[in-house]
Amino acid sequence: MSERAPTSGRSTQGALAERGFAGVVLGSGVIVLLLLGAIIVMLAIGSAPAFREFGPGFFTSFVWDSVNEVYGAGIMIWGTLVTSLLALLLAVPLATGCAYFLTELLPDSLRKPIGTLVSLLAAIPSIIYGMWGFFVLAPLLSAFFLAVSDRFVDSPAIYNFLIGISGTSIFTAGLVLAVMVLPLITALFVEILGATPVVLKESVYGLGATRWEVIRNVAIPYGRRAMVGAVMLGLGRALGETMAVTFVIGNATRWSPSIFNQGSTIASTIANEFAEAGFGSMKLAALLALGLTLFIISFGVLAAARALVSPRQG
Amino acid sequence: MAVVTSPLAARRKRTSKIVAALCMAAAGIALAVLFSILFTLVSRGLPALTFRLFTTETLPTGENGGLANAIVGSLIQVGIGMAIATPIGVLAGTYLAEYAQKSRLGAVTRFVSDILLSAPSILVGLFVYELMVATTKTYSAIAGSVALAVIAIPIIIRTTEDMLSLVPVPLREAAAALGAPKWKVTTLIAWRAAGAGMLTGLLLALARVAGETAPLLFTSLGNLNWSTSLSEPMASLPLTIYQFAASPYGDLVELAWAGALLITVGVLAINIIAQLVVGRKR
Repeated sequence: MSERAPTSGRSTQGALAERGFAGVVLGSGVIVLLLLGAIIVMLAIGSAPAFREFGPGFFTSFVWDSVNEVYGAGIMIWGTLVTSLLALLLAVPLATGCAYFLTELLPDSLRKPIGTLVSLLAAIPSIIYGMWGFFVLAPLLSAFFLAVSDRFVDSPAIYNFLIGISGTSIFTAGLVLAVMVLPLITALFVEILGATPVVLKESVYGLGATRWEVIRNVAIPYGRRAMVGAVMLGLGRALGETMAVTFVIGNATRWSPSIFNQGSTIASTIANEFAEAGFGSMKLAALLALGLTLFIISFGVLAAARALVSPRQG
Repeated sequence: MAVVTSPLAARRKRTSKIVAALCMAAAGIALAVLFSILFTLVSRGLPALTFRLFTTETLPTGENGGLANAIVGSLIQVGIGMAIATPIGVLAGTYLAEYAQKSRLGAVTRFVSDILLSAPSILVGLFVYELMVATTKTYSAIAGSVALAVIAIPIIIRTTEDMLSLVPVPLREAAAALGAPKWKVTTLIAWRAAGAGMLTGLLLALARVAGETAPLLFTSLGNLNWSTSLSEPMASLPLTIYQFAASPYGDLVELAWAGALLITVGVLAINIIAQLVVGRKR
């Protein structure tokens, strides 16, 4: 603070107010730091019994047995990663297309309202996506697989496989997550592609490049780093999504390698099994250990995303 | 002038057109999904949306219940959550924008706030469970409110900081030149200039926490009976939707859809108001 030595009662008061306000805002900033620290500490303390019991094998064990109180996170980690990667695999190309459409193909007058629409889509609560997935998408998928197997498949093995696909599965969860992260990634892509300096684009147009060539060779390379960051943000969102996934993944705690079978993610398991975990039980500790695992995974992804997307974006 | 088109130029143009078509298809798919979601919401929610919903509490299947306690519970918890989050978020955002532009601590705080902004909300629920529910051995509405506050704080910080950093520096310098101390420059000049934007941040945070389900699962738990006590489990719209949508009873599922429509309309309305607030300012 660049104040001179107080000379009158009034300025002493002023200095006090100055210092008081600075202290209050600093204190609020520190609260935020403490919050993250407290989340880590609380999860670590709560999950300690589970790690003492199962050791590092907790992360690699594919057994989740509530009856015999043997818990491992393997099935859930697998489900979390597979659903999230599936979501990105579907959402990133779609988001790129949507962003290109919004920034380059759409007439100026429509750009703003459609952009608003995209941001509104991102604001819809996740439980709505879950209900849509469960009541609309899942029946549609099982009807689709049934129709395909009835009409086109002769081999009994493939027929039985297709028939066995239920509407709720790891695959369905991936689809719903893709729908959820699509507006988020699209909005970020639009912002990033829109930030390409016009001079750069115009000079390449001047050389005779087509629209696609300008996007591919100028806009995307220019924003590549930020775009990777945006995808990571989408991944962070998908990894921890709870309600939408809980509705459509089937919440199976038995291991299956097929993505067309029911499964579970870390978040869906916590949401689904918490009611059965009493205060101080081993199950509670195991669920908190799952939470800590999710925290570590998403912290890594989000930290990388933030480092890539400049602080003023997203 | 004769138009000469080489095979290469034709191919490049064709590629550009094909990509444009694919992108339109992508946008079409996205729009189709959006309309499917909105259509489902309206077509299933609207028939169940009656006046009774607002006056009757949740009842077991077949007893023609409503959602009144869930709506009131949501209002209470979101209200308290925002009351906790607003001062902390605004002040911490002010710290980042006005006091910590170049400091190390500020950079760390900004990073941590950004991490919290996108951290899975279910983890916030687990945290508050450990903090307030496991220690008192009771689920409570106040725990739910705190969980919602933890989710709202980083959103408010982010928008507050962004909006304050848009306030022109000369405005601050002019006030400082008149002898105003920094806290007065901040509260009377910067806050006032950024007011509309900061309000938008509060509205966006409000919209976000109003639809949150996961953090309430293990904090306020939900309650099928009337309760306005902060130290007891309390119903909320998202939790009731979750419980009813997963139930095997048609009438409860119908209520869930009505609640889903209600909350989506509410969340979208707040978002639109928030954008209008900023729009008018510009």
